[in-house]
Amino acid sequence: MMILSGDPPRSRVLSLLLIAIVVMLAITPFVFPGAKPLNVAAKICIFAALVASYDLLLGYTGTVSFAHTMFYGIGSYAVAIALYGMGPSWAAVATGIVIGLPLAALLALVIGLFSLRVEAIFFAMITLAVASAFLVLASQLSWLTGGEDGRSFSLPELLRPGTVFIKDFFGVRINGRILTYYIILVGCAGMILALLRVVNSPFGRVLQAVRENRFRAEALGYRTVFHLTYANVLAALVAAAAGVLNAMWLRYAGPDTSLSFSIMLDILLMVVIGGMGTIYGAIIGATIFILAQNYLQALMGAASTAAADAGLPLLPNLLHPDRWLLWLGLLFVASVYFFPTGIVGRLRGAPKAAE
Amino acid sequence: MTDVPVPAPSTSDPLPQAKRDLLPVLLPAILALLMLPLVGSFSSWVTLTVASLAMGMMIFIMASGLTLVFGLMDVLNFGHGAFIAVGAYVATLVLLPLAAMSGADSLLTNLAVLVPAVLTAMAVSGALGVVVERVLILPVYGQHLKQILMTTGGLIVAEQALYALWGPQIIPLPLPTSLRGSFIIGDIAIAKYRLLVMLVGLVVFVGIQLTLNRTKIGLLIRAGVENREMVEALGYHVKRLFLGVFMVGSALAGLGGVMWALYREQVHASMGNELTVLIFIVVIIGGLGSVGGCFIGALLVAMVANYGGFLVPKLALVSNILLMVAILMWRPRGLYAVTSR
Repeated sequence: MMILSGDPPRSRVLSLLLIAIVVMLAITPFVFPGAKPLNVAAKICIFAALVASYDLLLGYTGTVSFAHTMFYGIGSYAVAIALYGMGPSWAAVATGIVIGLPLAALLALVIGLFSLRVEAIFFAMITLAVASAFLVLASQLSWLTGGEDGRSFSLPELLRPGTVFIKDFFGVRINGRILTYYIILVGCAGMILALLRVVNSPFGRVLQAVRENRFRAEALGYRTVFHLTYANVLAALVAAAAGVLNAMWLRYAGPDTSLSFSIMLDILLMVVIGGMGTIYGAIIGATIFILAQNYLQALMGAASTAAADAGLPLLPNLLHPDRWLLWLGLLFVASVYFFPTGIVGRLRGAPKAAE
Repeated sequence: MTDVPVPAPSTSDPLPQAKRDLLPVLLPAILALLMLPLVGSFSSWVTLTVASLAMGMMIFIMASGLTLVFGLMDVLNFGHGAFIAVGAYVATLVLLPLAAMSGADSLLTNLAVLVPAVLTAMAVSGALGVVVERVLILPVYGQHLKQILMTTGGLIVAEQALYALWGPQIIPLPLPTSLRGSFIIGDIAIAKYRLLVMLVGLVVFVGIQLTLNRTKIGLLIRAGVENREMVEALGYHVKRLFLGVFMVGSALAGLGGVMWALYREQVHASMGNELTVLIFIVVIIGGLGSVGGCFIGALLVAMVANYGGFLVPKLALVSNILLMVAILMWRPRGLYAVTSR
């Protein structure tokens, strides 16, 4: 239990589910050949870490931030610009990380100190405005960021698909792509375990106290603004690191893949559906959401054509593959209302409902 | 209600009057005057100022509902943008089939199609507001976190529903013929539609202020905010009153949506999302819940956008965020902080 920071899943179904997800992610390159399953698996890993870091904010401190993709984008862009400008070398990767992560942390610190002393709603609105300004900046400073087109780049030799380590390992060619995948898997697992450690530390308890009753936490002598700011900085760091991994996987960073408002909404959906205030919820939420995004659409397409063939009005439109977010949005609203602790909270069955 | 003569406010008012805080009111005027030498030419300054005022009025109409609902009900509706988009789409239902009438070269014929379009848009977005209040917001009164989540979810669903109903393409929405063009005075050109927009904005502003401050409904609403239980004990339905406020707020968003769509001459489902950010900035600048602050905030944002776009086009894109930071440095709770919270 040490590795889980003394916070086991506390539910047999949940444990099995988590083990299944982790095992599946670990063996994906060997059991599901082809580029798409690997892409989906990498995306699940990256988003699980990103969503877990958002959960540190939303679930544990009760602050709604709409600027989380900004930090994610800073990580992505930092490594992308470094690799684009300095060429595909490890020094460039290191430069991207060394510049990107502190930049994200600094920005989070500034935003936190400026605005965390105000109420949750105010903070949500300010972060939304800041994030949209950042998006505009990123798409306008085209000399630096490549504008709307973003930046494509090549990875260091070792991580390229052309670099083959083992020609035939159980029928799979072990190349740089698979190495990149495992770096992502291990990196994200490490970040999630670290977040689990944070929320189960005394610091994490203070965050929960702030969430439950900020006034009371303050009366107990905790300087809540500092705790909230620390949490904000930590979340930003993890988000930026996830952004680095995302850019390395895509070999590209652009506004649509790392900064857009729709990614922010995706993160929000994943946290709430998976379960706020439970780091495990991030893994479940990200897995369900990304599987739905990639595989539900085909199903909806089939249903849509079937409805169109049956001559039903409107239903084909509602079931159109592009409208999958409609159904997830409905699920989101229902989940906020009926089971606010999300899937994980439901599985745990504990009445320890997060407000 | 019998007609009780209202005593005229005399100068020897026994109640101590709060000191009027007029500095923010003067801010737009000062800004406009400062810009005159910077812009250089008087005629382009007038054009820019009129454009700012018109844009500001539209933003105000859209934002007023949001700030009203927050100020009175303590509900922050992150899905407010959805009402804007819905209003614009509903207006196309009336305007596009009757394109011949709105394309006719007669003001009366134009208005005969424009007025019903606007009214339908307001009615539908207002009705949608009632549904949203009952379904999404009623269960989460007093819980800000859940309000944000619920209404954000509502925004996602609404945007997707608009895509499902109307398709993803941008719908062109031409301005009625007699509202095109400008009045020309000397070498100054003032667009007709902008004048109309300014007029509507002023009417809405004055209407809200008068309703809140001079009518019995306004009195009850303000009392309900102060002490809900007391007003209920007096036999009034605060719930119904708040529902009404929410409906009016949504209908105003719909009105703003139609006006904005006609201004841009196009309708798109993501317009709600785009405008939400702008509206939030205005509401924050004004001080959450203050209608007057929202009005001034809208004017300031529009002015900075227009003058900024003319003088330093690159800066204009982030001008509103810079304005927000500047204002919050000066007054951390917005121009007119609502003191009750």
